[in-house]
Amino acid sequence: MEGIAAYMERPVSNTESGTEETEQKEVYDVVMIGAGPAGLAAAAAAKEEGAGRVLVIDRDSAGGGILQQCIHPGFGLTYYREELTGPEYAGRFLTKAADEQAEFLLNTMVLEINPAKRTLLCSSQEHGMMQIQAKAIVLAMGCRERTRANIRIPGTRPSGIYTAGAAQRLINRQNIMPGKKAVILGSGDIGMIMARRMTLEGAEVTAVVEIMDYLAGLTRNRVQCLDDFGIPLLLSHTVTKIVGNRRIEGVWVSQVDEKREPISGTERYYPCDTLLLSVGLIPENELSRTAGVETDPVTGGPVVDQHMQTSAEGIFACGNVVHVNDLADNVSLESERAGRAAARYAAGKLCRGLRERADGQIPCIAGENIRYICPQRIAAPAGDEDVSVYFRVSRPDRDVRIIARLNGEIIASRREMRVNPGEMLSLLLPGSRIAAGELTICVMKE
Amino acid sequence: MQEKRITCIVCPRGCEITVIGEGKEIHSIQGQQCRRGEDYAGEEFICPSRILTSTVLVHNEGRKILMPVRSNRPIPREQMRPCMEEIKKAQVQGEIHRYDVLIPNICQTGADMIAAADMDWM
Ligand SMILES: Cc1cc2nc3c(=O)[nH]c(=O)nc-3n(C[C@H](O)[C@H](O)[C@H](O)COP(=O)(O)OP(=O)(O)OC[C@H]3O[C@@H](n4cnc5c(N)ncnc54)[C@H](O)[C@@H]3O)c2cc1C
Ligand code: SF4
Repeated sequence: MEGIAAYMERPVSNTESGTEETEQKEVYDVVMIGAGPAGLAAAAAAKEEGAGRVLVIDRDSAGGGILQQCIHPGFGLTYYREELTGPEYAGRFLTKAADEQAEFLLNTMVLEINPAKRTLLCSSQEHGMMQIQAKAIVLAMGCRERTRANIRIPGTRPSGIYTAGAAQRLINRQNIMPGKKAVILGSGDIGMIMARRMTLEGAEVTAVVEIMDYLAGLTRNRVQCLDDFGIPLLLSHTVTKIVGNRRIEGVWVSQVDEKREPISGTERYYPCDTLLLSVGLIPENELSRTAGVETDPVTGGPVVDQHMQTSAEGIFACGNVVHVNDLADNVSLESERAGRAAARYAAGKLCRGLRERADGQIPCIAGENIRYICPQRIAAPAGDEDVSVYFRVSRPDRDVRIIARLNGEIIASRREMRVNPGEMLSLLLPGSRIAAGELTICVMKE
Repeated sequence: MQEKRITCIVCPRGCEITVIGEGKEIHSIQGQQCRRGEDYAGEEFICPSRILTSTVLVHNEGRKILMPVRSNRPIPREQMRPCMEEIKKAQVQGEIHRYDVLIPNICQTGADMIAAADMDWM
């Protein structure tokens, strides 16, 4: 383990000269922006694929990304076939990346990417401004939470309103309880996990309120976070008003109709000193925009091909910055693909970005009951390499068949007992059947 | 005879399993898609247990670190609150590595609370 600390503390910028010159650059084969599960898995995979110097940059003081505060179990079920907590899962990938001799630059914020030169402009308290030169870049900045401003709840503007992730950080990393009596708006996984966490820490959670008529998060989280503690889940309900001047005193909750409009006469008042918002995540793409990569309006993340290469040549992306994942395991798998491809690109063994070969691309089109597909495009010819595609449905359904068609012909399909917008699905497309044309994925009733 | 509908939480698929039995006797388990689900449903019928996670304050060389901890095996659901009380009171000194035991045999459940992270990384 000694080796790990050494890598993490190794100063990476060129400071021997002692000047603030930003022209002197460190050169790396592959640079990951973000040391969450995405950046870590990509770094280890890039090394395994033969990349020379590999660097992981993060603005946080420690690696692991959001998983540092996800102390609950539920990670690694598919990747390791055992149930781990977030810190354990992140720890395994940190060890793996460090064992592979990836270098770390922490407490450092990436401010800008120059896509033509493939340079990164970074700033840190220790080293000031610096430039880093990369042959390939992997975007792994994760996502951030939607806030009250994004969903516009009427009422006063008191304190005591937090996003669920902010409350999770307060409790699990700073040892601060946000309140004693909470209502949670939104049935996403983080909200449900916080309902259990606050209850175990002695607070009372009076309700989890969800505007849709189905659960936003995973069923297993409803069972072990809400049902276990008798916390009521109110589907087709929303918070219509916030009450309180300095501190929140309560919220009004109403049932909603099919158009998600509150039904008058159904209002109920819930006293509380805390309101947690678990109303969705948005990929963190300010930086991607500086690099000029094309983004998908549905996912909010960069458009990628099966190698996770974006529309900007040599710039790859993986994890929550591409599309919001419910499982870190999927992030790890996708990021390993990105890391391997970035290493191959750095070595001159992978063809160029999406934009440059618009002719040889297969667009992935969302058919019946599909909200989005990732990758959005498949770079052809894919050779005989099988291609995994990931997607989400728009609405829940049962007893269905998932069908992938290339130019109208079925190339892969699978039965599924239950599909849910909260749970990502995948399908393996046999490489031998991928050819030029148009791919459509749909979900049909069996 | 008692019939219990159980949503399997072993993996994200979330199968709905029906268990029929009486006390500690199980007569039938239906609806699971794998062996792990069958084992889980049986245990869930007899004594629902969960992995418990929380944090423990660790003091080391003048540094205070909030260490994530987990039980190394599932704890019966009704024992969760007494265990939380015990965890809240705990304070640990020294350098802690992943999987070090911080609270052995918590509340006589047979489970140990172990460190989920490594101080070197925090
Ligand atoms: C609260 C919560 C609970 C979850 N629970 C589960 C669960 O139970 N089971 C499960 O499997 N999955 C769970 N997930 C999902 C899983 O944790 C995520 O899918 C996964 O962490 C995404 O990894 P990532 O590396 O893409 O992003 P992150 O983990 O968010 O990492 C992104 C990193 O990039 C850094 N960064 C961003 N911008 C910059 C910049 N400009 N410069 C430098 N650094 C930057 C950030 O500091 C951060 O460390 C949960 C997610 C959340 C948010
Ligand atoms: S029965 Fe098996 S497949 Fe179904 S949820 Fe449980 S572990 Fe998963």
